Amino acid sequence: MSSHRKLSYSLAINEALHQMMAEDPSVFLIGQGVKSPWYVGDTAQGLLERFGTDRVIDTPVSENAMTGAAVGAALTGMRPVVVHPRVDFMFYAFDPIINEAANWYYMNGGKLPAPVVFWGIINRGGEQAAQHSQSLHGMFAQVPGLKVVMPATPYDAKGLMIAAIREPNPVVFIDDRWLYKLEEPVPEEIYEVEIGKGNVLRPGTDVTVVASSFMVQESLKASEMLVKEGINIEVIDLRTVKPLDENLILASVQKTGRLVVVDGGWRTCGLSAEVSALVSERAFGALKVPVVRITLPDCPAPASATLEKAYYRTSVDIIRAVKGII
Amino acid sequence: MLRIRLCEEAFVEPILAGEVHCPCHLYSGEEAVAVGVCAALTDRDYVFGNHRSHGHYLAKGGSMQEMVAEVFCRETGCSRGRGGSMHLIAPDVGMLGSAPIVAGTISLALGAALSSTIRRDGRVAVTFFGDGATGEGVLYECMSFAALKKLPIIFVCENNYYATHMPIRECRVEREIHEIARPFGIESRQIDGNDVLAVYDAGLHAVEKCRSGNGPVFIECLTYRYRGHVGPDDNVQGSHTDIRPREEIDLWREKDPIKRFEGYLSDQRIMTQEDLKMARAEVTREVTDAHDFARRSPLPRAEELEKYVFA
Repeated sequence: MSSHRKLSYSLAINEALHQMMAEDPSVFLIGQGVKSPWYVGDTAQGLLERFGTDRVIDTPVSENAMTGAAVGAALTGMRPVVVHPRVDFMFYAFDPIINEAANWYYMNGGKLPAPVVFWGIINRGGEQAAQHSQSLHGMFAQVPGLKVVMPATPYDAKGLMIAAIREPNPVVFIDDRWLYKLEEPVPEEIYEVEIGKGNVLRPGTDVTVVASSFMVQESLKASEMLVKEGINIEVIDLRTVKPLDENLILASVQKTGRLVVVDGGWRTCGLSAEVSALVSERAFGALKVPVVRITLPDCPAPASATLEKAYYRTSVDIIRAVKGII
Repeated sequence: MLRIRLCEEAFVEPILAGEVHCPCHLYSGEEAVAVGVCAALTDRDYVFGNHRSHGHYLAKGGSMQEMVAEVFCRETGCSRGRGGSMHLIAPDVGMLGSAPIVAGTISLALGAALSSTIRRDGRVAVTFFGDGATGEGVLYECMSFAALKKLPIIFVCENNYYATHMPIRECRVEREIHEIARPFGIESRQIDGNDVLAVYDAGLHAVEKCRSGNGPVFIECLTYRYRGHVGPDDNVQGSHTDIRPREEIDLWREKDPIKRFEGYLSDQRIMTQEDLKMARAEVTREVTDAHDFARRSPLPRAEELEKYVFA
C-alpha cells in the first residue's frame, strides 16, 4: 500500500506543499508563475483551488520585492515559501535573501527568526544559454545564516521541503527540472529528511564519490557501469549543501582513501572546493591519491547543443575520473 | 520628541570621546515624523526602520536603556551588541527591525502587511525610508504590489533633502516625491514633517484607510536633519565635509518641531513653561540613566561570537 506508492520528484514537492499548507495555516506559497505549469511544472498543481489566492500568490515580475515580502511575512510569524522558477532570477533577490533574511536573526541578537523557504528551480539545457541555466548553491552556501538543501530523489524532495518549511531559519531549497520526472516510492504521510544529513546511496570500498542534486543520479549511473568492471564506488548524496554532513564524507574517505567530488556548479570557490578543502584539512592522511573534482568549467552556459554537450558533466566523466585514480 | 532629541544629542559626546564607535545616524530635527506616525499606531502594528532609526524605535515604544546599550554595543542592548545603532528591534511593541541597506526594509514591511491581509488581523505596517530610497527600484516594486493587493501599508518618506552627501536636486529631476505614488493609484500627500500634529493627522487618516482595507497610503514628510548623514558632524560648508550652507541649517532650526509643539502646548494652555521645564528635566534624567545603564552593562563575550547565526 502506501509505502510502495510511487511519485515523481515534482509531485513529491507538490505533496509536501499540500500537506504543509493543510497542516499549518501560516504556510503560504508566493512567486511568479505559481498557478502556471509553464513556470513551476506540476509542483503547485491543485494548491490554488484548494487554498485560494490568499495563500497561493502569483506575483508580478518583481523578484526583489516579492522575496522581501516573504521575508517580512516570516518576521511576522508566517511560514512563506517563495518560489523562483529559474534560479537565475534570484540575483534580483539577493538583498532580501542575504542582507536581510540571512542576517536578521544574528544582527538582532536572536530576537526574531526568519523562517522562510527560498525555493529556486534549476532549469537548464535545451540551448537556453547563460541566463537560463545557472545554479547558485555555492554562492548561497557561503553566506552565514542560510541553510541550503538540494534533493536528488523524490523521497528527499518531499522530506526536505517539509523540513525546510518547519525550519526556524531561512532555507534555500534548490531543485532541478532534470529530476522532475524521476519516480520512486514516496511515503504518503508527512515526514522530514533532516537538514544537514547526507546519505550513502551506494556503499562501496574503492572510491568515494560525493555529489548533490542531479549529479547524484549521474553518479549512480556511473556506479552501475563501474560495478560491472568490478569497481565499487561509494556514492554519497549530500542532500544538504550547508551545513555539510562532514562526518559522513570523512568516514567514507577514511575507508576508501580516494575522493571524486561531483558538482553541477562552477569550479572556483564552489561546493567542490569546499568538500575538497574539508578532506584536505581533516582526512589528508587517508588520501592515497589527490582529490579529483568534476564541475562545470568556469564558463557561462552556452546555447548551442554542441557546446552544451561539452559544458555539462555526465556519468561518462565520473567513470573516467574514477578509473583515473585506481 | 523631546525624549528622542535629548537621547540623540547625548550621543554626541561619547562619539567624540571615542566611547561609541558604531556608526550613528542621528535623528535630531526629524522627530515629528516618527512621533506623529507612531502615535497613530498600536503596539500590534508593525514598523520597519532604516539606518536612521533611533527615533522610530523610541517612538514605537522601544526601551531607551536597551537602545543606548545597543549603541554602546553591550550585551544588554536590544540586539545584544550584535547590531549596533543601525539594527534596533523591539518585537513586543511591533518594532520589527531596522537596516541600513537603502530601501532594503520596504519589502519587509510589505510582507508584514501581506501577513496582516492573509490573517485578517487588522494590523498595519509602516515603512520609514528617506528621499535617497526613492532611487532604489524595489520601492516601486513594493508600491505596485501593495496597490495591486490593497495592502495595509503606509509608505512614509522622510524627505530631509539629502541622500548622504547628495542634495536632492542632484538626485532627482522631479523633486515632488509624493508624486511617485500616484501612477500606482496610491493615495499620496506631502506634509510638513516638522509639524507633529499634521503628521499625526496624516498618520491617523492613513491607518484608518489601511484598517478598512483601502490601503496603501503614501506620505511624504518634509523635514531636515540637524546633524550630517552620520555622526555628530553637521556637514556645514567650509568644514571638511563641506555640504550644507549654514543659513540652510539655521532656517530649519527656526522650524524646529519641538520648539513649535512646545509653543502650541503653551498657547493652548495645555502645559505651562514650568511644566515644560519639568518634562525636560525628567527626560534628561531618563537619558542619563540610560547612559549609566549602558556603561555599566557587560560587553558581549567572545565565546558567544557565533551564538545567533541560527535560531
